[in-house]
Amino acid sequence: MNWKRATIATAFVLPVAWLFRHGLTQDPREIPSPLPGNAAPQFSLAVFAPGQPPLERPIGDTVRLSDLKGRVVVLNFWASWCLACRDEHAGLSEVARGYAGKPVTFLGSLYQDTPGNGTQWIAEMGGQSYPSVNDPKALTAIDYGLYGVPETFFIAADGKIARKITGPAPPQVVRHILDSLLVTTGSP
Amino acid sequence: MQSVNGLVGHGALLIALPFIALGIIIVPVAVKRGRRDWLELAYGAVYANFALMTAAALAMITALVTHDFSVSYVAQVGSRETPLFYTIISLWGALEGSILFWAWVLSLYGMLVVAINKSRAGNLVPYAAMTLLAISLFFAILLIGPANPFLNVSPVPANGPGPNPLLQNHILMAVHPPLLYLGYVGMSVPFAFAVGAVLSGEAEQNDWIKVTRTWTMASWGFLSAAIIAGMWWSYEVLGWGGYWAWDPVENASFLPWLTATAFLHSAMVQERRGMLRVWNLNLVVGTFVLTILGTFLTRSGIISSVHAFTTGTIGYYFLAFITIVLVFGGVIVAGSSDRLRSKGKLDSAASRETVFLLNNLFLTAFMLTVLVGTLFPLVAEAVRGVKVSVGGPFFNRMSLPIIAALLFLMGVGPALPWKIASKADLKSKLIPPTVGAVFLAAVALVVGIRDPYGVVVFAFVGYAATANFREFSIGARARRVARGESWPTAFVRLVEGNRRRYGGYIAHFGVFFVALGVAMSSTLRTEHEATLQRGMTMQIAGRTLRLQDIWGREEPQRQVVGATLEIMDGNRVTGTLQPRMNFYRTQQEPVPTPDVRSGVLGDLYLNLMAFRPDGSTATIRAIYQPLVPWIWFGGGVVVFGAIVGGWPTARRRRAPAPVVVPTPPSPPPTREPEYAA
Repeated sequence: MNWKRATIATAFVLPVAWLFRHGLTQDPREIPSPLPGNAAPQFSLAVFAPGQPPLERPIGDTVRLSDLKGRVVVLNFWASWCLACRDEHAGLSEVARGYAGKPVTFLGSLYQDTPGNGTQWIAEMGGQSYPSVNDPKALTAIDYGLYGVPETFFIAADGKIARKITGPAPPQVVRHILDSLLVTTGSP
Repeated sequence: MQSVNGLVGHGALLIALPFIALGIIIVPVAVKRGRRDWLELAYGAVYANFALMTAAALAMITALVTHDFSVSYVAQVGSRETPLFYTIISLWGALEGSILFWAWVLSLYGMLVVAINKSRAGNLVPYAAMTLLAISLFFAILLIGPANPFLNVSPVPANGPGPNPLLQNHILMAVHPPLLYLGYVGMSVPFAFAVGAVLSGEAEQNDWIKVTRTWTMASWGFLSAAIIAGMWWSYEVLGWGGYWAWDPVENASFLPWLTATAFLHSAMVQERRGMLRVWNLNLVVGTFVLTILGTFLTRSGIISSVHAFTTGTIGYYFLAFITIVLVFGGVIVAGSSDRLRSKGKLDSAASRETVFLLNNLFLTAFMLTVLVGTLFPLVAEAVRGVKVSVGGPFFNRMSLPIIAALLFLMGVGPALPWKIASKADLKSKLIPPTVGAVFLAAVALVVGIRDPYGVVVFAFVGYAATANFREFSIGARARRVARGESWPTAFVRLVEGNRRRYGGYIAHFGVFFVALGVAMSSTLRTEHEATLQRGMTMQIAGRTLRLQDIWGREEPQRQVVGATLEIMDGNRVTGTLQPRMNFYRTQQEPVPTPDVRSGVLGDLYLNLMAFRPDGSTATIRAIYQPLVPWIWFGGGVVVFGAIVGGWPTARRRRAPAPVVVPTPPSPPPTREPEYAA
């Protein structure tokens, strides 16, 4: 055994091990989103599904983000062809009803779909408590850097994106995020 | 309360641990005291490990099949709706199960190594068995610790989510992973022999290289088949019409393949000329390290990839293991390199040794290129904190010249003799291949390839294929002249007489098919996308497709939407294709099932991209790719070559001598006869 040579040969192991150890502390799936912490992209979209009282808005009404300043906005992208949206739907609808009267606006945004399909889907699912808007050319979805549906964005009262959830949003998580946002904005 | 399956599986793993540890400790003690009889205990541990791992794997399969959701792994990947077939193969569908399967394959190899080689004199086999047990120890620890598939779930769920939709969509999922494990895990055996050779002091002899070569050949054959099967799976399932994307884990399977290929060639130089001994040790150890690196990349979640499973702490275990293997490998190779310095010398630049040397140089350069590209994102993130991804353009650009050079060498090597070639020799050997090169280059231009690398690949394949073919035809002609055999008999006897050499040439032909398939399909691919109503048609590569129907059906585990298209030749329907889209409850995005019609000259590939829920229109992507089936066929030829070249001959020698003993074929002039394996 030539130990001197052996030692030299193993010296290269250290940087490799360090590199891998560092790599393990990173999440490869986490692609930095330009959004959280930044101002939410503006949108101006027409309502196609009115929702139910007390959250109702008339069909055809244009929802502008700029008009919602001072309120927490929960923007949920969905589609009638999306199976995971079915799992998410009832819970989200329920949470929205619970926050009626607080400075929170729930909004569905239809992605890559037609208002006809969307309306039919909502009827099938037994209604949706909050209104949904149509995003005909998916321009808003592109602005928000959507990966897929469902995806839910939380826009704080100052107009900045606070959080986002990829995939079905669990009701308790939505409540938790909303409560913390309502506290920090010092809601009445 | 834990179920019987859980108890048996978990129990088998727990009992295996002390057996493995015992086996590892006994070997050095037995060797030091010269007690050969104690070695039987170590071998017993190897067998026990195999028996216990088999028990654990069977317990898991039973749990999966009987929907025993009290077993954590079953609760994770099982579901009552999944068809039986996919339920069984979900054994390797997620992290814990795949580690269990890995451990089982490793224990199988250990058992085979001991059973086949234990009568061998010397300490090579004991130390090899010890090494294999040491690797087993790591996997057993994983199975008891962070990757335990037999944890008890309480309360017992009534049903589970089922396997990842991508893994239950095609029959190749039953083929690709086991082949990959057989190839990947099999590379532990050459490593074990290398360690055995150094520890037993036999590394200076060339004998261990022969044993190692056979095992490497077997694993290499499995790995080749696995890589091709993986390409095929990706082509048939992912719906993008491609088969290779330089995904980190595709690369991880390719890296050890490259070094193992290099070893299979350079081992010949060591056997014949006693050269490259340190280099060969490096290749064997390096191949094993690369398989562990590949496993680390796939199983630790360090790199984002279609193959990566989500994980917890297991990455740190792998990190520890890979560090130990690297240190140990470095010590083994560098520490013994003094003793192993070459005796032989290159006699001439124009010799087969030189070509093998160049072949090794290019294969290693290829490996390093792919390795750098694969690990670069990690480096960039560690050093600069940025996310980068290294994609196809880098790999294609870097690898194409290397591939071209390797194809060229495949034509030069077989034509050159060992030691030194004369000028006249060179001339007569190199002219026919050049004609072949010009011919195929012309073919490439005629069929419409304009990409320079495409033409170069065709030319070099023409060159190399002619050179390899001449090895067969010259040898067979010699036999015809000498013995009056018919052409087919002469060919078969020629190959039988030196299976190792001709098996290698057969594998070369497989590579040529793959190269042509890749060159054609990547340069002459045509693609067309259209949204059709029923009865409407679209055109692709001179064919007409008519949308006949859009349909849907409900299956227990998924909803399927499909489109039926007729392929029209004039007014005649020559076939139908049914691309489908599958919607699984557990998956956000639908999983496509493209439909492919393969012909000798190319594939018509249809994918359903979108449809109106009312069934009025379907958007179809049609792709025509020439020669894609040649890639799969070439893969089969490579594997056939590996079987011809690697099948052990030992048994035949012990068989009673046949009445007529064929003498070895008369060697062509200036060439020494080569060994049979």
